[in-house]
Amino acid sequence: MVNVKVNGIPVQVAEGSTMLEAAKKAHVKIPTLCYNPDLSPWAACGICVVKIEGSNKMLRSCCTPVAEGMNIITNDPELVQTRKTVIELILSTHPNDCLACPRNQACELQTLAQEFGIREQPYTKMVRDIPLDTSTGSLILNPSKCIRCGRCVEVCQQMQGVWAIEFLGRGESIRIAPAADVKLGESPCIKCGQCSAHCPVGAIYENDQTNLVWDALMKDGPDAKTCAVQIAPAVRVALAESFGLPPGTDLTGKIYTALRRLGFDAVFDTNFSADLTIMEEGTELVHRLTDALKGGMQQATADRKLPLITSCCPSWVDYMEKYYPDMIPNFSTAKSPQQMMGAMIKTYWAEKAKIDPAKIYSVSIMPCTAKKFENSRDETMYSSGYKDVDVTLTTREFARMIKQAGIDFLNLPDSEPDSPLGPYSGAGVIFGATGGVMEAALRTAYFLVTKEELKDVNFTAVRGLSGIREATVHINGIDLRVAVAHQMGNIATVLNEVRRARAEGRETPWHFIEVMACRGGCIGGGGQPYGATDEVRKLRIRGIYDHDEKREYRCSHDNPFIKQVYEEFLEKPGSHKAHELLHTHYREKPLYLK
Amino acid sequence: MAYKNFILVCGGTGCESSRSDEIYKSLIREAEALGVSHDVQVVKTGCFGFCEKGPIVKVLPSESFYVEVKPEDAHEIIAEQVIKGREVTRLLYRKDKNAETTKLEDIEFYQKQFRIVLRNCGVIDPESIDEYIVRDGYRALEKVLFEMTPEEVIAEVKASGLRGRGGAGFPTGMKWEAARKSPGDIKYIVCNADEGDPGAYMDRSTIEGDPHSILEAMVIAGRAVGANFGYIYIRAEYPLAIERLKIAIQQAKNYGLLGKDILGSGFDFDIEIRLGAGAFVCGEETALLQSIEGKRGMPRPKPPFPAVKGLWGKPTVINNVETLANVPVILTRGAKWFASIGTDKSKGTKVFALTGKINNSGLIEVPMGTTLREIIFDIGGGIRNGKKFKGVQTGGPSGGIIVEKDLDTPISYESLTALGSMMGSGGMIVMDEDDCVVDVSKFYMAFCVDESCGKCAPCRIGTKQMYGLLDKITKGQGEEADLVKLEQIGKAMTKASLCMLGGSAANPTLATLRHFRDEYLEHIRDKKCRAGKCKDLVVYEIDPIKCIGCGLCARHCPVPCITGEKKKPHVIDGSKCIKCGECFVACKFGAVVKR
Repeated sequence: MVNVKVNGIPVQVAEGSTMLEAAKKAHVKIPTLCYNPDLSPWAACGICVVKIEGSNKMLRSCCTPVAEGMNIITNDPELVQTRKTVIELILSTHPNDCLACPRNQACELQTLAQEFGIREQPYTKMVRDIPLDTSTGSLILNPSKCIRCGRCVEVCQQMQGVWAIEFLGRGESIRIAPAADVKLGESPCIKCGQCSAHCPVGAIYENDQTNLVWDALMKDGPDAKTCAVQIAPAVRVALAESFGLPPGTDLTGKIYTALRRLGFDAVFDTNFSADLTIMEEGTELVHRLTDALKGGMQQATADRKLPLITSCCPSWVDYMEKYYPDMIPNFSTAKSPQQMMGAMIKTYWAEKAKIDPAKIYSVSIMPCTAKKFENSRDETMYSSGYKDVDVTLTTREFARMIKQAGIDFLNLPDSEPDSPLGPYSGAGVIFGATGGVMEAALRTAYFLVTKEELKDVNFTAVRGLSGIREATVHINGIDLRVAVAHQMGNIATVLNEVRRARAEGRETPWHFIEVMACRGGCIGGGGQPYGATDEVRKLRIRGIYDHDEKREYRCSHDNPFIKQVYEEFLEKPGSHKAHELLHTHYREKPLYLK
Repeated sequence: MAYKNFILVCGGTGCESSRSDEIYKSLIREAEALGVSHDVQVVKTGCFGFCEKGPIVKVLPSESFYVEVKPEDAHEIIAEQVIKGREVTRLLYRKDKNAETTKLEDIEFYQKQFRIVLRNCGVIDPESIDEYIVRDGYRALEKVLFEMTPEEVIAEVKASGLRGRGGAGFPTGMKWEAARKSPGDIKYIVCNADEGDPGAYMDRSTIEGDPHSILEAMVIAGRAVGANFGYIYIRAEYPLAIERLKIAIQQAKNYGLLGKDILGSGFDFDIEIRLGAGAFVCGEETALLQSIEGKRGMPRPKPPFPAVKGLWGKPTVINNVETLANVPVILTRGAKWFASIGTDKSKGTKVFALTGKINNSGLIEVPMGTTLREIIFDIGGGIRNGKKFKGVQTGGPSGGIIVEKDLDTPISYESLTALGSMMGSGGMIVMDEDDCVVDVSKFYMAFCVDESCGKCAPCRIGTKQMYGLLDKITKGQGEEADLVKLEQIGKAMTKASLCMLGGSAANPTLATLRHFRDEYLEHIRDKKCRAGKCKDLVVYEIDPIKCIGCGLCARHCPVPCITGEKKKPHVIDGSKCIKCGECFVACKFGAVVKR
């Protein structure tokens, strides 16, 4: 430990801590802009400068380590003036259109300008006019608003390992864009939206599609459609943040009520289709394992039957198709819960409710920007004969709709989802956290293999926030080796191990792997409310597992409505019909389309 | 068989661009034609330094110092000097046209110089390792490999007081020691040859004239810190220096002075050349490392310092060319000798590229502690055309202007910083009364705008905003509040930039604002540029008394905006005038006046 002082306040921090961390521990706030706790400091903006007592030099507190005995000065007239000038300089290159900006009231630059009492802009405006990039359909890049803080580049390259975004140009003409200045949609971008979640201003944001939903909800007369909506597991523990409540606050009941007040005719829960996913994917796992036990593990590894890899994350699917196409046979063919729900709404439910599927408008509320891309990913996303999910909104867009509609969200009464595509098990809800799909699958796989219920359904070994987690589960004399990875940049380590085993003719190190593109899983998705840090992610995860604990059923196969759906419609997991509606396939994609 | 004469022809880039290579070839050809090839050896050397008078040819043993030589002069040099033993007097250096010829030892340009770094420049053939060896070359390496421990080498360099010549002046021995003590099995030595200041060519000339001194120093540094690999990062715009480095590396390898098991010592060291694309910021050590790693040349935060975590995360010593060139001499002649030269805290010599409005521009090397006055007025021969001295810019775009009253300051890292400038890498540009300080500041700021990498906000935006304000002032649209803004941005940029490019970019402006605020105010209040540099503030008029109506000005005017009858005074229409100055130059009677 190192003893330092911050403005004279003594504080003890671990060796190697930065001055910024020391200040935080001393409850002193140093203003920052390019710094983000998820990322290694890029040290670009020059806002977080401090001094060491006895020296007039300014140091960046975000990246300067502390030394024993130093007294860090975070505020003096010169520091304040310097920061203010730097903010004014940044504002001179930034458009003055806060009122019409997607980040209005959620902008870190706006907040800084407010806190520093910027009342005039003394320097010549030098705003660049660079066209928007709308090519992905998920994300919009507006380089004119970019303050060149480098967060998106750092997120995309270091955290996610995707390398879609890079800096182009130099000096004041430096800008963010994919390499070789192609469009984002032609780049390796996987639409995870972590760039948008980390952007401090309105330079990268979700493609707002709320107008499409408003149109559908408001439409009258012969063109009117029945509006059905599904809400993803991770949304319920993060939406509260948009209304000033702490992360992890679970507002599921109020969300259902709000959706009805918005005008949705049927309110379903993606947790239900998560249960369905488990039935299909769990069955697939058991089949592949059984085959492997007969034909030998090395052979199953060589044939790319094992490990089985989860496929509910669309960014991960996109990444795999671009960076690891050799793993396509390892992928579970089960669709994601969003798409399963979409298919069920326009077939099973349409039939049951006696509604022409052509007259159904299917909306999903997701924590994710890539889900906007997934709903038209390929022809299997139209398995009902129509577009299974018509439009996908992110948590952020959903929050805006509630506010726009004048709904007093926090004081709404709770309600329940509609049946039969609403009620769910605890296994469905934990899909929202990293390790959740794995745990849900294990709960059901155990039953499918042993025909016995688990005494303790909690597989705590696969929970947590470390990048890669491994566990061995004993089922009926089989040692099932599993791995969980999240945050795209962590995946390569796992996949390369599998590749190596395959190349060397060895048995795969794991039988089943769960992958989520975003840190923390869907609760840390690119479409969630701004400001996710590990502290926030932990609280959201806590909210998810608390919700799981409270459910009457904890395993997907125990959900009576799942049983009903199979009895009435799908026959059995892996049936022909299930394959038609609930499964998909993958194809190799080039990294660059141009 | 011994040669009777040696003819040294300068092969630096400056003289080469004035056809010195042709001179070299002509001399050889003439010697053959006149049948005296056996009597004379013609050698192409590195830079003599006296670039103002180039191309330079020196004949030994008579020490005849020929200036502004042309290829056509080759015949006379051979015929007269080699065959008849008579100097070609018309080519000998004279202070001015009518002065007597001056012997080499009496040339003022050389009198106050002291050469350590440039010891071999203009003396040996840089493409010959043998000539380097004859001049004690690789003697230091031999000593380091067989007579000293790495710790002793570091102690010697520390004791010498050698400091980084790239600008910041960090003690070299301490850098080496830090890298030696940093844990790690792989370490690197990097030679920073990314010289980029406008007007500076110290490093280029050192490499062109004496490439082996750099290689030798790098191997020594490698031995001292425990590194087995080195990179020379040099800009692609230096083709001659690169070529000579390549030749030198190959020769050193052939002689067993580079590569595996150097001189049988068991020590391995190899060197690779990495070409830079010419970005000024890549002279900043962390940006340079990024560039070698194949990434965008953008600075990274320090700490960690390269000595701890440098190239590919390994401990790395980065030394500038001039710093390294001192190392072999320190080790052969001893730290004590080296430390006896210079000032209390700045030891040894410093090489400067002396340019601008000065009589003797060129490359000079002086002991630390020499005054600027000695450099400008003794070595440099004073201001051209008898004009008045205005200031001298040291440290290029990172430095500041130093004015008359401070000229007697002995040069050291500290003294120049105290004057609001900096040592920098050694560019020294002299300005006279015809130079406008606002215009000069704008020039340097434009350079920084172009060269800012764009990573950090203060530099990226600050340079551009300051440039805009300076531009406004030179156009006569400035306001007094702009001076406050310049200072405000300048201070923030100096304090909050990530690297020294931004950290020093405001220096030229802040220094001129300090020393010449009245000139800024003249531009703003009186819309006047006293140097007549700022085009928008200059008005051309014809003095009707002096004008004889010859019409020459009107014929030169490209607009045209000059009218008048023959033999009657002409008039300039100010509303049409584009202020090109053609009429001013054309008039033989001084009738066109600039206000």
